Amino acid sequence: MSNSSAAVSRAASSIAVEVEKVSKIYPGGVEALNDMTIQFPKGELTSLLGPSGCGKTTLLKIIAGLLPATSGRVTVNGVEVTGPGEERAFVFQDFALMPWATVLRNAAFGLELRGVAKSERHAIAEKYIEAVGLKGCEKLYPHELSGGMRQRVGLARALAVDAEVLLMDEPFSAVDEQTRRKFQEDLLDVIKHEGKTFIFVTHSIEEAVYVSHSIALLLPRPSRVSEIIRPDIDRDISPDAIRRDPVYLDIVERIWKGLRTYVE
Amino acid sequence: MRSLFTHSLTLRVLSFAIVFGIWEYLGRVPISPAFPTFLETMSALGSMIADGSMAAVYPATFQPLLIGLVISSILGIACGVFMGLNHKAEWFGAPVFIVLQSAPLAALIPLLTFAYGIGLTSKIITVCIMSVPVIVLNAYTAVRHTPVSMIEMGESYLGSRRQIIMKIIIPSASPVIYAGLRLGAAMGFIGAILAELLITPTGIGDLITYNQSIAEYEKMYAAIFSIMVFAVIFIEILERTEYLFFRPDKRVTQ
Ligand SMILES: Nc1ncnc2c1ncn2[C@@H]1O[C@H](COP(=O)(O)OP(=O)(O)OP(=O)(O)O)[C@@H](O)[C@H]1O
Ligand SMILES: [Mg+2]
Repeated sequence: MSNSSAAVSRAASSIAVEVEKVSKIYPGGVEALNDMTIQFPKGELTSLLGPSGCGKTTLLKIIAGLLPATSGRVTVNGVEVTGPGEERAFVFQDFALMPWATVLRNAAFGLELRGVAKSERHAIAEKYIEAVGLKGCEKLYPHELSGGMRQRVGLARALAVDAEVLLMDEPFSAVDEQTRRKFQEDLLDVIKHEGKTFIFVTHSIEEAVYVSHSIALLLPRPSRVSEIIRPDIDRDISPDAIRRDPVYLDIVERIWKGLRTYVE
Repeated sequence: MRSLFTHSLTLRVLSFAIVFGIWEYLGRVPISPAFPTFLETMSALGSMIADGSMAAVYPATFQPLLIGLVISSILGIACGVFMGLNHKAEWFGAPVFIVLQSAPLAALIPLLTFAYGIGLTSKIITVCIMSVPVIVLNAYTAVRHTPVSMIEMGESYLGSRRQIIMKIIIPSASPVIYAGLRLGAAMGFIGAILAELLITPTGIGDLITYNQSIAEYEKMYAAIFSIMVFAVIFIEILERTEYLFFRPDKRVTQ
């Protein structure tokens, strides 16, 4: 079922983000990425799964243009990345909300920085605040929210700028299992309706299999892609049925075995 | 919220009551003939307010104090923020302010009077020397400690350098900048009185020295007490402006 070749052979136009031979050596000498090559198809969700410290955040920040690569290049829709761009939005692992701003202002902040007029950006932000299930919380400050609610504000902010590519760094790490499942289902909804490209970092194998079109397994530092798995799960069946689907359980098991060799 | 507020108010009143109680007790012991009781001091304060001698001296003290504090705040925050944003400025500026912070003011005053005479300028500079270092050092530390992910967030949403400074770095730094301003204001009050004691006796400093020289210790302490009251009120107002302009979120938790 490993068909990385299939992913590679897709028409170039359907590739949103392409990472070519990217290496990253941090100033201190830590080699985080080594000659990493990977493609992210348009309109799909690709998960990055790998051991802690293997360079997932590093890769995501390089794609976001927040961090320069030591060598290699990243292109988004064929254009080389030299810095952050309008077509990409980042959901931060630690939320990065401004404690002095209300939910509404936080969610609208990407638009505020782009100079969108107040009434317009508030209207857009309100729409996405509702979409992530925080209607009625617009006037609250981040310290009045739970961790999971804060994460959703970060998500609303990223959705509000209407970027084509969403870079999500462990976006569901701060929530309990039940809420997490709800988010995953919501995310599947968003993927279906927004037609965006998602690059999604997670530590949870089940989560990766459940939400992804394809999963990139990364080797420990310095990181390369070891395998790309496309879980061919029928997503039209109910969430609970998916979680009991033998195909789903098989893939989870296989990834788990693959990763275990590194843990041991 | 309401009960919390009354609660904190009760504690404050209690704290003042204890301090004044100890003062009253020590005054009655008496630990020194030059140390009046709290109640004597208060009645002296009352009479000085009534006969206008208090009101007469304050303009002379407030003039260098307020001018000095305004200059220190603007200059101090500007320097501190700049040092926080720019490593070269930091390496150049930080040692100067660290030295200045620990410099004995009394030793500098003869230099000041030599250079600027005994007028208003010297007094303003005294206020500034006292208050600027702590304002600068706080502002600079605050800016340096802006959470990295918050700045990355601004960059990833295409904020310009100016937007990131104005909309992220400054609000994020404002609590510590304000802490510096409050300390700076307290130091400025000390500076203003020191200038009046060490350069030329005017204003409240004159009231203190004069009453000391004629052994009217209740009046001397009343003068000292009054300046402390002003300092506390001033600092309180400063805190409110922070909540008002930069950190509406803190008002919610009150
Ligand atoms: N700013 C930095 N300077 C030096 N080394 C760094 C820096 N940031 C990360 N590293 C190193 O690079 C490696 C990869 O870090 P990264 O944060 O990308 O890992 P990760 O896969 O996101 O880990 P996790 O799953 O725990 O979040 C780590 O070994 C880390 O120590
Ligand atoms: Mg990470």
